[in-house]
Amino acid sequence: MLDVRNLTVGYRTRKTVVEALRGVSFDLQRGEALGIVGESGCGKSTLGWSVVNFLGANGFIREGSIRFEGEDLVGRSDQELQQLRGNRIAMVFQDPMQSLNPSLRLGEQMREVLTYHQQMSTEEATTRCIQALERVHMPDAAGVLDRYPHQISGGQQQRVVIAMALLNNPSLLIMDEPTTALDVTVEAAVLDLVAELRRTMDTAIIFISHNLGVIARICDRVAVMYAGEVVEQATVQQIFHAPQHPYTQGLIRCVPRLGADKTSSVLYPIPGRVPRPDERPDGCLFSTRCQYVQERCRHELPALRQMPGNAWVRCHFAEEIDPAEWTPPPDAEIAPQTPPPANAERLLCGEHLKKYYRVPGTSLASLFGLGEKKFVKAVDDVSFVVRKGTTLGIVGESGSGKSTLVKSIIGLESIDGGVLEFMGVDVRGDLSKRTLETIRELQMVFQNPDSTMNPAYTVGQQIARPLERFKTVPRGQVRDEVVRLLRAVRLNRTYYDRFPRQLSGGEKQRVGIARALASHPDLVLCDEPVSALDVSVQAAILNLLLEVQHENNTTMIFIAHDLSVVRFIADDVAVMYLGQLVESGPVDAIYAPPHHPYTEALLSAVPVPDPNANSTRVRLEGNAPSAINPPSGCRFHTRCPRRVLMPDGGKRCETEAPMNQDAGDGHVILCHLPLEVLRHLESGVMQAGM
Amino acid sequence: MTTTTAPPELESQPGRLNRLREALAIVFSSRTAVVGLAIVIFWLAIGVISLFWTPYPPNAQLFDPNLPPSAVNVMGTDHLGRDTWSRIMAGTQVVLLKTRLATDPRVVIPGGVAIWGVIGAVLVGGLLGVNAGYRGGAADQVIMQVLDAFIAFPVIVLYLVIVTALGRGDVIVILAITVTGAPGVARLVRGLTMDIKTHDYIRAAETRGESKWYVMLWETLPNARGPILVDAMLRVGYAIFAIGTLGFLGLGLPPPDPDWGSMVNDARKYIYSNPLAILWPSLAIATLVIGVNLFADGLREEITRYQR
Repeated sequence: MLDVRNLTVGYRTRKTVVEALRGVSFDLQRGEALGIVGESGCGKSTLGWSVVNFLGANGFIREGSIRFEGEDLVGRSDQELQQLRGNRIAMVFQDPMQSLNPSLRLGEQMREVLTYHQQMSTEEATTRCIQALERVHMPDAAGVLDRYPHQISGGQQQRVVIAMALLNNPSLLIMDEPTTALDVTVEAAVLDLVAELRRTMDTAIIFISHNLGVIARICDRVAVMYAGEVVEQATVQQIFHAPQHPYTQGLIRCVPRLGADKTSSVLYPIPGRVPRPDERPDGCLFSTRCQYVQERCRHELPALRQMPGNAWVRCHFAEEIDPAEWTPPPDAEIAPQTPPPANAERLLCGEHLKKYYRVPGTSLASLFGLGEKKFVKAVDDVSFVVRKGTTLGIVGESGSGKSTLVKSIIGLESIDGGVLEFMGVDVRGDLSKRTLETIRELQMVFQNPDSTMNPAYTVGQQIARPLERFKTVPRGQVRDEVVRLLRAVRLNRTYYDRFPRQLSGGEKQRVGIARALASHPDLVLCDEPVSALDVSVQAAILNLLLEVQHENNTTMIFIAHDLSVVRFIADDVAVMYLGQLVESGPVDAIYAPPHHPYTEALLSAVPVPDPNANSTRVRLEGNAPSAINPPSGCRFHTRCPRRVLMPDGGKRCETEAPMNQDAGDGHVILCHLPLEVLRHLESGVMQAGM
Repeated sequence: MTTTTAPPELESQPGRLNRLREALAIVFSSRTAVVGLAIVIFWLAIGVISLFWTPYPPNAQLFDPNLPPSAVNVMGTDHLGRDTWSRIMAGTQVVLLKTRLATDPRVVIPGGVAIWGVIGAVLVGGLLGVNAGYRGGAADQVIMQVLDAFIAFPVIVLYLVIVTALGRGDVIVILAITVTGAPGVARLVRGLTMDIKTHDYIRAAETRGESKWYVMLWETLPNARGPILVDAMLRVGYAIFAIGTLGFLGLGLPPPDPDWGSMVNDARKYIYSNPLAILWPSLAIATLVIGVNLFADGLREEITRYQR
């Protein structure tokens, strides 16, 4: 149905033409789903856009053909393509809020698709829209048409976008990272929907994602892209169970598995990074990072060859490479294996912590300060203990209060109630109330690599500043110490004089870690330090953090929304929901039953990079309620899938706040359901991960 | 990370020379900026030459008044019989090159009235703006309300108030330009600061326990310098215009040294007998303002093209 041959796409820049795609070929049958994976900058999105020739002002197709249902799309006029887009080819993008016009009602936007492309009457279009919304399981489909995009949740917005894309029964649907901007529980529900649509419709899908787990769930075939080329194309089973290209093998090796912790598994990052278009090597593009590289690879570009079993591989030596015999290269960054110290002393201890934010009222009375005072209870009655040399992982959906908790600990916010002690010192106040001694012992690694470094200063200057400020070393030795820190994060001394814009995301994150370590802190707080990085880099950073912890006996608090990452790095885990800790305990206990129903839902929502994974589906409805008016009783009762197991159908959950139940070994669950019941819930998590 | 691909010595030494070359490359990639720069350099050169040589002494009354252009006086003479071209040349000095601190004409500092005025506006406005933007809350309210009150006055009224209250002189004109320019700069810097403030490197500085002034001056302002620089360029244009206006109103730079605004004002009285005399200083003001503006516009275009 779709046949792309030898497609080369370029972007004009001021100096030259950058080739974003080079000789990409693939075909797609009716009703088939093709997954496209690769790291950022490999041309995944460009491939999706080039199919509909939607490359922006400076992009153009240099060579090759795109045949769609027998017609060639290259060289068509804009008008013809416009008819095609939205009619026979539809696209779904990453951020639903940017795909929907915020100033138009959803009904107007959806109807327009039909009235524009099919000259349908408004009444008929409305009925069709309602049908489409029902097909994507939108509750109250007719009512949604009268609402504006901001009045429905992110997951529902993406459903509307998908419904809109399906309105004209397109024969091809291109989805570009459709779940990346969504929370893991919402993502799971959207993926369920896509999987279901695949079974019931004969629409072909091109599914672009960086997440191997998502690809494994949705697709029949997978094309792995590297630096603008397809390096391997095979069925999803072959890709995940018998990958043939060294890059694919590397990608699969560097993803943490949900069932794997740091004592039982090792992450092997792919060294180096994707070459920029202007510095691509002559021969095989992967030759600069490939462990099996030979002389021939450096000079001769391998062709995409057919292998037994209808797999296509772009490698000279695919037959000779056996992933089973793979050994890690001697200089690989592998985390040392250390058991967590037993009975270590308490470093940080919080009891009944509260952080409320005042919300300005909207009434006239509140304008004069007379209105009812409203608060967002961002952190409400949270207690935890962090022992020296261990890592506490904090997980939860966005809005669960995990970032606020960390901001309060580091002192960017003061605490409104409860006790927070760090090494016996009261640290309830914000930074202005702390001594320099306390400040230097608490440092932070930030989420976004692009904003973690000040673009005005060199790497060396930025790492030297905390050294000078805390007088960690005498003035004369600052430079040596910076070089030592750089080496500790595996950067050589040439990085000293570089500016942040000359670094890649992973390198910036390394510098951020070096800067946090400069004062030799006792506690490092990591706020999603790997969530913005590619998987191969993510593995290297995780290993680096473990290594740093091993060497300096540093304590860490690690926030992440990715449960596999937390499992890999943490010793203890705390699960947050709407400002409360619903479950906490040692990592093994959290990932094994008994689970809190929320933890159970989170775990079963994680996309597992294995097409055979068969996780039990526990899905949450809707988004988390607002923290201004949290639900009464148990805060989770509005979405809890296990509430029906309560004797009276969960009446008690609505009225009475649950108490912590001790499941032994420091494992605490905040739920009304007896531990016995929770323990016997069938958990698909372990079988999926192992 | 592998570093084998890039020659480390080249990349690791950004150096001043390289950065200068980079900055020049930005200017030369915009035709607008190049034209603007050429005009500005032309006037700068005229000014520098006039420090050492003018065809005739600019203040000497050597000729008949109100002569038309001729081989002797390229642009003719003014109402007192002084050579107009010599006076135009020397008029560049006080705008761009020197500021007379006292009534004694020999006490001068380098940098013209327009330049110092803009420097003053950027310093005052920048400090107020970064404080308002970074501290927020009550400080922001107070600072911005006061500055908004200043913006509410027509500029010309502010000029008149300042000059009437404080008298004439180069320093007074600098003060007038500072007071009228600072609110605009403050608004710009406040906006930039509020954006920069959201970045994680500011959090990193705060969690290092840095003082508010350190965060504002060393972490925030260096990242706002591009837009501030462009704004300052545009303001030099406005300042030249303001000096002309003040001169025309008879409130500007004190005589006898030539000043384009006063020259326009003087020539205005003889516009029927010697219409060309009013043209030359007007042209001088117009070209210099246009030059500075073109330069600033081109620069802004190029800088924002790189941002993303």
